[in-house]
Amino acid sequence: MYQPEIETMDRERLERLQLERLKPLLKRVYERIPFYHASFDEAGFDPEGLETLDDLRKAPFTVKQDLRDNYPFGMFAVPRDEVVRIHASSGTTGTATVVGYTQADLDAWSDCFARAVGRAHGTKDSTMQVAYGYGLFTGGLGAHMGGERFGATVVPMSTGNTKRQVNLMRDFDVDILACTPSYAMHIADTALEMGIDPATDLKVSGMICGAEPMSDELRRELEQKMGAQLIDIYGLSEVMGPGVACECELQDGLHLAEDHFIAEIVDPDTFEPVPDGQWGELVITTLSKECSPLIRYRTRDITRILPGECACGCTHRRIDRIRGRTDDMLIIRGVNVFPRQVEEVITAFPEVSAWYQLVVSTRGDLDAVDLNVEVVPEFDFDTVREVESLQRRIRAALKGNLQIAVNVRVVEPKTIERAESKQKRVIDLRKRG
Amino acid sequence: MIDQLSVFMENEPGRLTELCRAIGDAGVNMHALTIADTTDFGIVRIICDAPEKAALALKSVGYSARSTKVMAVAVPNEPGGLAALMDVLKGAGVNVEYAYCFATPDQRAVFVMKTTGGSGVAEALAAAGFEALQPKDVYSPDEL
Ligand SMILES: [Zn+2]
Repeated sequence: MYQPEIETMDRERLERLQLERLKPLLKRVYERIPFYHASFDEAGFDPEGLETLDDLRKAPFTVKQDLRDNYPFGMFAVPRDEVVRIHASSGTTGTATVVGYTQADLDAWSDCFARAVGRAHGTKDSTMQVAYGYGLFTGGLGAHMGGERFGATVVPMSTGNTKRQVNLMRDFDVDILACTPSYAMHIADTALEMGIDPATDLKVSGMICGAEPMSDELRRELEQKMGAQLIDIYGLSEVMGPGVACECELQDGLHLAEDHFIAEIVDPDTFEPVPDGQWGELVITTLSKECSPLIRYRTRDITRILPGECACGCTHRRIDRIRGRTDDMLIIRGVNVFPRQVEEVITAFPEVSAWYQLVVSTRGDLDAVDLNVEVVPEFDFDTVREVESLQRRIRAALKGNLQIAVNVRVVEPKTIERAESKQKRVIDLRKRG
Repeated sequence: MIDQLSVFMENEPGRLTELCRAIGDAGVNMHALTIADTTDFGIVRIICDAPEKAALALKSVGYSARSTKVMAVAVPNEPGGLAALMDVLKGAGVNVEYAYCFATPDQRAVFVMKTTGGSGVAEALAAAGFEALQPKDVYSPDEL
């Protein structure tokens, strides 16, 4: 562990630390950020009236649009001379969101990522190749600082030039690779094409991968190809970058950096807190950020708190791997449904391919859900009964996982549009009132 | 037993035309075709030459196709001929999943069926004077 005194701090002390950091933070944002002054007043929230951590639930939420509305520096809580770094989101769907960092902010971020290096079995002798993109995107520089902070040797490759990445990994005895899971796969495949077996010819023993959704299948395939354990890391540019939460070697949930963040899970419809173990939207309050603090920021990422302690000894609570975005969420007969759940179910049936189309419509007063799923060309059928049995078994599995009835229809191979985006896999024909 | 080509097909206008064209493009000659359909999908069952080759050709153009073992029996072209056959099957404890009939160029009636259960079927058929047909009796089999 990189910071055992913090990572294994007993819960009572940790929560006291959170409260000690939260109180002055609320006062500071109220005084220094006009947005929070107005939103606290509007919600009738008294930033000085907080007595327990639970009182934070009375504070209003912050959403991404609030950051856009205050472009570029309206959400900064420090004078410009204290800002040493700026990162910004790509802004593909609107105005970019800008996040500033003081030196203390960068130090805290470095510590958070350095914990991931420790969990990926890093030592001061380790060499870590950073193949996340460097730039306004937080991945590259976040990993870079974390590796240096930990005391590892950092190879700042950024993305691209994949053959060279492989050569340097071999020549420099790189044992930790930090990049997106899809790029890690590309590196492994490129190595194989070059006649280098990454599992045996390279020394990589740990990968720190994040910034993209990753299926369990992809993860296992990657671990096998690379001969290395993959540590899932979570972060988002509005909050900090990679390191907000990170898996330990047990790979059973991502430990939140609770000395720097307070996490809540809320129902994505009602925004009421949900009990531990229940899925909902992750809401984050930053505790130590000086430049761009956030109060109850709605991340739009869907996860849940994993109840219980982790055997690794870290006392910080764990979130489950991100299941989807609230943007992808469908509310069907009052139940929250994510396309990812449908994928999980159908990949368990070898008779069908992973291509599907979910159609939600209204029949009478009720929502009706139809799933079209392709059989594979090797599908072993002969009678109508066998096909109907397959449809019934998929339907039962969906009912078990989604808690709603889905009308399953198997269709011929290669008849469903190969849509890259999840949005196209879901067609919602319901009329919105 | 003979091989039947089975193809999974959606109930969409024009799909059967496309399927027949694909079989023709594969250079395969058909002798019989029947469709079992539900509201959503159908299973097309075909007796054709070189059924294994036909299944591979269809798979390569994206159909879910396979060859299946089915029983083919020559039935006398006279009243009660089929009823006599069913009696034999019933006596042997055989269930018929599906069945269809077609005539060969030499005017023999061929009864094709998929059966489950039962025992000693071949012997019972022979004892009752029915001829269980071989692939070469019905179509040109795959070249080995
Ligand atoms: Zn752990």
